[in-house]
Amino acid sequence: MKEFIIALLVIIIAPLLGGLLSGLDRVISARMQSRVGPPLMQPFYDLLKLLGKEPLAANRRQVTWALAYLFLIAASLVLFCLGGDLLIIVFTMAFAAVCFILGGFSAKSPYSHIGSQRELLQMLAYEPVLILLAVGLHLQNGSFMVGELFHQTRPLLASLPLVFIALLIILTIKMRKSPFDLSTSHHGHQELVKGITTEYSGPFLALIEITHWYELVLVLGLVAMFWTSPLWAGLVLAFMAFFLELVIDNICARLTWDFMLKFTWSIGLALCLINLGWILARGRGVM
Amino acid sequence: MGMINKSRIKSPWLLHYDGSSCNGCDIEVLACLTPVYDVERFGIINTGNPKHADILLITGGVNRRAARVVRNLYEQMPHPKVVVAVGACACSGGIFHDCYNMLGGIEKVIPVDVYVPGCAARPESIIDGVVQALNVLESKTGKEAAV
Repeated sequence: MKEFIIALLVIIIAPLLGGLLSGLDRVISARMQSRVGPPLMQPFYDLLKLLGKEPLAANRRQVTWALAYLFLIAASLVLFCLGGDLLIIVFTMAFAAVCFILGGFSAKSPYSHIGSQRELLQMLAYEPVLILLAVGLHLQNGSFMVGELFHQTRPLLASLPLVFIALLIILTIKMRKSPFDLSTSHHGHQELVKGITTEYSGPFLALIEITHWYELVLVLGLVAMFWTSPLWAGLVLAFMAFFLELVIDNICARLTWDFMLKFTWSIGLALCLINLGWILARGRGVM
Repeated sequence: MGMINKSRIKSPWLLHYDGSSCNGCDIEVLACLTPVYDVERFGIINTGNPKHADILLITGGVNRRAARVVRNLYEQMPHPKVVVAVGACACSGGIFHDCYNMLGGIEKVIPVDVYVPGCAARPESIIDGVVQALNVLESKTGKEAAV
């Protein structure tokens, strides 16, 4: 019963929090560009407007995949907040991303096809790091369970500092920020129109928008996981990571997928492997 | 319905299309996005995607080749939507009105809701035109609800 209430609270509160964060994102980005920027509640206005638009879908499959994307991301967030298995959470997120990609592929538009292909490449870039993060969690705690972290006094950041840096790189990809906002972007029109979300409109785009809010909360949760005792320190850490991403977004140009893949597979993976090797070599923390 | 109507006015996403303009008005439209005018204050985003747009902003008159594109863009936009013709050419054909390939203003192809005069239209008047378009958007949704 307690778990059910927590799940319900997560489902209701997470999009509100995600929407506020993306509103804050737009205000802070505008101030960094010496603009006034939209009101803080702008993402909610956008969402309500999209819900009120005429429902025009390219086909039914597209809508099904968008719904699957929403449910799977929400499910992985609920699992995460219930202190579930990180490996399962990572795999659910991957399945959700695949649904998003298939949604992009299901419309006959070159823009959404290129966007989907780039999203696939993004998955290829971040997925190994996320799995190594789960491995690192297991090496440290002897369990994949996120809930187990609350029984530890030593923060995860102390034993996995390099994996944390790799996660920050991944965060740029997951939050769709420059230099890695390849598949779709928050900003104006680009060579891809809107990439993978080009063919979604009105209420269906609103679904994608809500899913992105859930996803934002989830990836920031992954950051907060690095400092669970006390929990507020983790939340501060997550907010600092969020702010760092905004700074990076505003000082970077968009780069190619080629660079992204090389960067994450060389530096990102190297950071993770050195960190995990170090833990193994030290021989401590392994149950 | 009240909340959604209110949100519509606070979140107009633009689609900017250049019919056959001399680029003067286009540059003024883009100037609206710069820190000096900063239309994102009003929640305006330049989308570049008809499927996401609420307001179709057209600069320049329509020639025979662009007519098909303008009609296509307009049809791809989901309801409710409004059209703003920016600049003298978009309003009436302007100095190009009697060219052999010109059809005239945007109204020759799709229904226009707001006309923004000027050659080139100033950023202030473009923003004013968009804000007036929002009133049209509101009245349009009101009518739809009544029907």
